[in-house]
Amino acid sequence: MKLTGAEIFLECLKKEGVKHLFGYPGGVVLNIFDALYDQKDVELILTRHEQGAAHMADGYARATGKPGVVLVTSGPGATNIVTGVATAYMDSIPMVIFTGQVPTMLIGNDAFQEADIVGITRPCTKYNFLVKDVNDLARTIKEAFYIATTGRPGPVLIDIPKDVTVAKAEFKYPDKVEIRSYHPSVKGNMWQTKQAAEVIAKSKRPVIIAGGGVITSGAAEELKELAEMTKIPVTLTMMGLGAFPGDHKLCLGMLGMHGTYYANMAVHNADLLIAIGMRFDDRVTGKVEGFAPGAKIIHVDIDPTSIRKNVRVDVPIVGDVKQVVRDLNKVIREGAKESWGAVRKSWLAQVEDWRAENPMDYEQDDVIKPQFVVEKIYEITKGDAIIATEVGQNQMWAAQFYKFKKPRTWLSSGGLGTMGYGFPAAIGAQFAYPNKLVFDIAGDGSIQMNIQELATAMLHNLPVKVAILNNCYLGMVRQWQELFFNKRYSSTCLIGTPDFVKVAEAYGAVGLRASKPSDVEGVIREAIKVKKTVFMDFVCDQMEKVYPMVPAGAAINEMLLRPKGEILPARKKLRAVK
Amino acid sequence: MRHIISILVENKFGVLSRVSGLFSGRGYNIESVSVGATLDPMVAQMTIVTKGDDQIIEQITKQLNKLIDVIKVTDLTEFEHVEREMVLIKVSPKAEFRAEALRVVDIFRAVIVDSSPKTYTIQVTGDEKKIQAIIDLLKPLGIKEIVRTGKVAISREGKV
Repeated sequence: MKLTGAEIFLECLKKEGVKHLFGYPGGVVLNIFDALYDQKDVELILTRHEQGAAHMADGYARATGKPGVVLVTSGPGATNIVTGVATAYMDSIPMVIFTGQVPTMLIGNDAFQEADIVGITRPCTKYNFLVKDVNDLARTIKEAFYIATTGRPGPVLIDIPKDVTVAKAEFKYPDKVEIRSYHPSVKGNMWQTKQAAEVIAKSKRPVIIAGGGVITSGAAEELKELAEMTKIPVTLTMMGLGAFPGDHKLCLGMLGMHGTYYANMAVHNADLLIAIGMRFDDRVTGKVEGFAPGAKIIHVDIDPTSIRKNVRVDVPIVGDVKQVVRDLNKVIREGAKESWGAVRKSWLAQVEDWRAENPMDYEQDDVIKPQFVVEKIYEITKGDAIIATEVGQNQMWAAQFYKFKKPRTWLSSGGLGTMGYGFPAAIGAQFAYPNKLVFDIAGDGSIQMNIQELATAMLHNLPVKVAILNNCYLGMVRQWQELFFNKRYSSTCLIGTPDFVKVAEAYGAVGLRASKPSDVEGVIREAIKVKKTVFMDFVCDQMEKVYPMVPAGAAINEMLLRPKGEILPARKKLRAVK
Repeated sequence: MRHIISILVENKFGVLSRVSGLFSGRGYNIESVSVGATLDPMVAQMTIVTKGDDQIIEQITKQLNKLIDVIKVTDLTEFEHVEREMVLIKVSPKAEFRAEALRVVDIFRAVIVDSSPKTYTIQVTGDEKKIQAIIDLLKPLGIKEIVRTGKVAISREGKV
């Protein structure tokens, strides 16, 4: 039976098990939207900005592990999702993005709402396609889902011209696709794995660094087994939060530019780093020449380009993290060493000394401290909520003070650092898990970037809780200006921020405000009780800084720590808050 | 160090753009690039000459392999190979040097493909050393314009 391109598109999505499609209509996708109109298998969630749709699909993908799917129109619709696509690309998130395109005969003609989105997203997608013939459509969609979800996942874009959505073809969904030039390696080299086991057995001061790859691969169990068996402390990159329980006694928290003191000291002084599913990003290594000077490095990653890109590696193992760690555990178990505990005792004691020397701390005051808000959220949700964040100080405090226990509960833009990511991502996650508690920890700057998605949240009755750490400044930039630019706060003071409570109410959501520390707990509990979208405006200390901090150009042991008894500069009266 | 990398790619639209985008996006240097069809119409062959230390070349090779349209990457610098490039040189020698120009063409087994009262256009094929040598000899005679194809290379077969 012959179907139109639009109908084929719909059938393909059904075959892929897609239930939610995030998008925004437009001229060239009218046929597709018409095909979506009176069917119930795939729900199109209408956002209020295409960027919101992209981030929602991303949040959905991070929370579930399934690919997020987006449908937008050509021209401005397509260019509006570029930030979302780049965000997913940098963090290796599986997404399939469909953009409409002007009819094939008008391509290249500077037509109305035409944009060369394939050219624009070539550097920030794993792959992209322009479908010129409706007979290729089904196979292309199958290939796109295959590429997006295998190997190192990533966003794949399909550009569909309008006439292709109208033209008819026989619908045949291929059972499987073979791409001769794409064979992601999954099983690690056994010789290298045995090498790794030997090196681990000989090490005296080992540290495991787990990253986003552990979560993508679903390897949390294998990682826990490795750490507990060999009694090696585990630190996490920002993308790896949740891969290892944050409240486990072997967990050192996050490492890197704003990592914990003890994690950075442990890594710096280690004689062996077991890097699993992480890519030695500059936020983690600090000055590369000074990174872990005495350590051998075992690096497990599915992407060979990540290995030996930034640091020299002694035992590289290319493969899927879950498989490799499982094999590694088997080899280690077979060469069982009963005395792991004794060998590790002094190293673990040293690590605990560092933890006691500089724990994650902040000074309480009569003004709300943002760290206090995050701690309270952690306490009240018992560490079981899904937490999305925006970018900047709010993101760092959430990473530092919320101890993630399970994978896929932390949604944050790591690689690209996109402000405005958190709110739509939280909405996307809430679609995936309507009965779970989902928070967005935001700053007053970031929340204004995609605030229009309040409409989407309200329309679908999504009880997302947005905690705005409102300090009237673009916090992270202000911190840098305070520490390195002589307090010249160039364009970081956010005057003109609206009353968030009123904004929430204008959209029909609930707005709550906490102006003093004693209000905080009550506001959070109230927000959770109310089964609606909530904006919580926490009037926070304007001058608080994220500590520890590894300044640019420094090695990770050269951290700036919170000065004891620091006197914070006087706060400006910046808003009329009741 | 100069490396000559031979890449087999799917013959699809946009592939050249993808590969050169990879180089420019990551700041790798392309000295020359040449592309052409192979015996299989679905497969194209690209030859890129680039420069970098071992770590950079390793990254380039891995990044190229990562591209979905790339079928095979071979760094021919590692192996015995034959390299050739074709160059068209327009010389405008003064009247008394016109004969000298013809002698140089003979010596290098090049050919004249165009001539005019004031100029000769010389076509020469060879490896880098030969090309450089003929250019050096023609320079004093007055080179008006040079057009190069970029290098192509092919591995030598083992003699055993």
